[in-house]
Amino acid sequence: MAQTGSCDVIAAVEPTWYLIVSSLLFGIGAFGLLVRRNPLVMFMCIELMLNAANLTFVALATSLGDINGQTAVFFVMVVAAAEVVVGLGILVSILRRRPGATADDLAELKG
Amino acid sequence: MADLVWLIPAFPLFGFLTLLLLGRRFSEPLAGYFATAMVFVSWIVAVAVYFDLVAKPEEERSVTVTLFSWLPVGDLQIDMAFLADPLSITMCLFVLGIGGLIHLFAVGYMHGDPKFSKFFLYLSLFIFSMTLLVLGENLLVTFLGWEGVGTCSYLLISFWHTRESAATAGKKAFITNRVGDFGVMLAMFLAFESVGSVSYSALNGSAVAGTLSAATASAIAMLLLLGATGKSAQLPLYVWLPDAMEGPTPVSALIHAATMVTGGVFLLVRINPVITVAADWVPMSIAWVGGITALFAATIAVAQNDIKKVLAYSTVSQIGFMMLAVGTGAYVAAIFHMITHAMFKALLFLGSGSVIHGMHDEQDMRKMGALRKFMPITAATFIVGWLAIAGVPPFSGFFSKDEILLFTLAESVPLYVIGITTALLTAFYMTRQVMMVFFGEARWKDPAEGQEAHGDFKPHESPAIMWFPLVVLAGLAAIGGIINLPGLFGIPSGGTHRLEEWLHPVIAFGEADIKGTFAYDNKYVLVAIAVACAVGGIALGWLVYLKNRLKPIEPVVFARGWYYDTAISWFMGNPGREVAQGVADFDANVVDGAVRGVATAVRATASETRKAQTGYVRQYAAVVGVGVVLLLTWFVVIRGIL
Repeated sequence: MAQTGSCDVIAAVEPTWYLIVSSLLFGIGAFGLLVRRNPLVMFMCIELMLNAANLTFVALATSLGDINGQTAVFFVMVVAAAEVVVGLGILVSILRRRPGATADDLAELKG
Repeated sequence: MADLVWLIPAFPLFGFLTLLLLGRRFSEPLAGYFATAMVFVSWIVAVAVYFDLVAKPEEERSVTVTLFSWLPVGDLQIDMAFLADPLSITMCLFVLGIGGLIHLFAVGYMHGDPKFSKFFLYLSLFIFSMTLLVLGENLLVTFLGWEGVGTCSYLLISFWHTRESAATAGKKAFITNRVGDFGVMLAMFLAFESVGSVSYSALNGSAVAGTLSAATASAIAMLLLLGATGKSAQLPLYVWLPDAMEGPTPVSALIHAATMVTGGVFLLVRINPVITVAADWVPMSIAWVGGITALFAATIAVAQNDIKKVLAYSTVSQIGFMMLAVGTGAYVAAIFHMITHAMFKALLFLGSGSVIHGMHDEQDMRKMGALRKFMPITAATFIVGWLAIAGVPPFSGFFSKDEILLFTLAESVPLYVIGITTALLTAFYMTRQVMMVFFGEARWKDPAEGQEAHGDFKPHESPAIMWFPLVVLAGLAAIGGIINLPGLFGIPSGGTHRLEEWLHPVIAFGEADIKGTFAYDNKYVLVAIAVACAVGGIALGWLVYLKNRLKPIEPVVFARGWYYDTAISWFMGNPGREVAQGVADFDANVVDGAVRGVATAVRATASETRKAQTGYVRQYAAVVGVGVVLLLTWFVVIRGIL
């Protein structure tokens, strides 16, 4: 019953609210990505944007009754996980070599 | 037996491969005897094939033996196939027979040469290529042999490559021949384009059937004539042959007199139905090229002092005779003269080799004289060759030359005049040579200036291995005429026109076709004129060079070969060089400039655009964000989606 109840709660809230939250999250993430220089924080901002997109998927999937939206979420999560593995690996090795390096400092990699 | 015709090239090929792998291990004479044996075995196969063909009825005397499919490319199907028919077997018989004798001579002549086995390696490759050339069933197999003999010619002319003149002469021969080869290739392309095949049976068959248009036939014949002028040393491409005398003398005898240089004539005879179909001016061009070359080279031969140069120009002249025969429809006479010429010219060249050998590498006839006392066998055989080439009856040259002149007069009077003048000159310059070398006073007693001092040496007769081939060839040159006796002077009809009857399946045109012409009706007069010219030329030479009754006429213009070489050098050196320089400049500036211009433009654009790549990740993110917004705007506002 609890499951049904939570579903009802989700369904009860207007989809518009989910979209508003999701766009807020996306905006915060995008803003953070543009203004922060700490690579780790920028990374987290990207995660925020990805999850904003996930929220949109889930919300619309529920309100439209289409399971495809939920499926897409899994793809995004897998991609995000893979990205984290590679990205964090690169980050760790950069920060080990140059502690406290900012994203702008890395511009010299352009070659 | 005729199915085993592929054995004819197989033996020289085996000889070549064996010498290639084991040549260094063979002691000196062994390599030579081995190569000689391979040629003679091949000759025996040819004889066997000959008798096999003779035993068959006339219309079955053409056997095609296909070894494998060589180039199966779509519509172009070319087989590695050999054709055993009267023409190819006749060629094989004399090429291999005379080739074998020359090999034997070379064993003696090349004695002591450090590259002895390599010499026979090249000779074997040459014989292999030559048999491919004559046995090929299609133009491409012939062309393979054609290029093979050209390569061997190059290798053997520059055999003594440390001598600069020899290396240069080799290159000259090769490059000049390329000009002619280009004609043969174009002819092949044209044959494939128009007939759909390069095989002789298809090409000649379509000519006989009348499906080959006169224009195409003319083009093919003229292109092959270009090839023939290169390979057979005719005007305008004859220049390489006199220089080819830089090679060892057996090479001059084998390649540059008896066999390879007749390849062009052979090719034209092979496609004789095509020439018959071609427009009238085509055979006339062939005849005029041959006639003018014959006269031109004969005049040059009158003033040469190098014993081999005289023979080289004589060869050019005699092949001119063969071309004249081809052009006037006397294909049989062309082949007949080719055979007798191979006999007496090989004899003369080997004789000159024997003289050079006996004179310790002296080639200048002005430093010879009276050699008959020291080299009796060489002198006697050389005299037989001289009488044969001069056209004294009953030696072989008389019959073949006379037949050509008969057909020529039936076709054109000016050409006959050219031919008979050439015959007179031939008798004259050969007499000059014989008198200067074997008669008169000995001029070699005082050591020549500039020569290595031999001290007071004595010319000596060559060893038996060298004079034996001379004797055999002298016998052939004396009686070679019997293969195609004319119907004159009550010769029994069973013994006349043997070669013509034998070649009839390949060459339809014969003496019967000129019956009733003015020339044929007066053939006894022609014989009298020809004999008078031969005897007259000899008498004139005798008066000038032995009795000194008349002053020799040897203008510089003859000695320098009508300045033909000089003219070519000047032409290529001045306008030719300017054209080449112009083309090179065009390439360097326009073609290369376009290529470099593209590269420069790409580089300039790239160095401008790469400034956008700042490396600031956040800037990239901003650009991506703005881009997304712009795209969305475009989709939503302008395209009206949503």
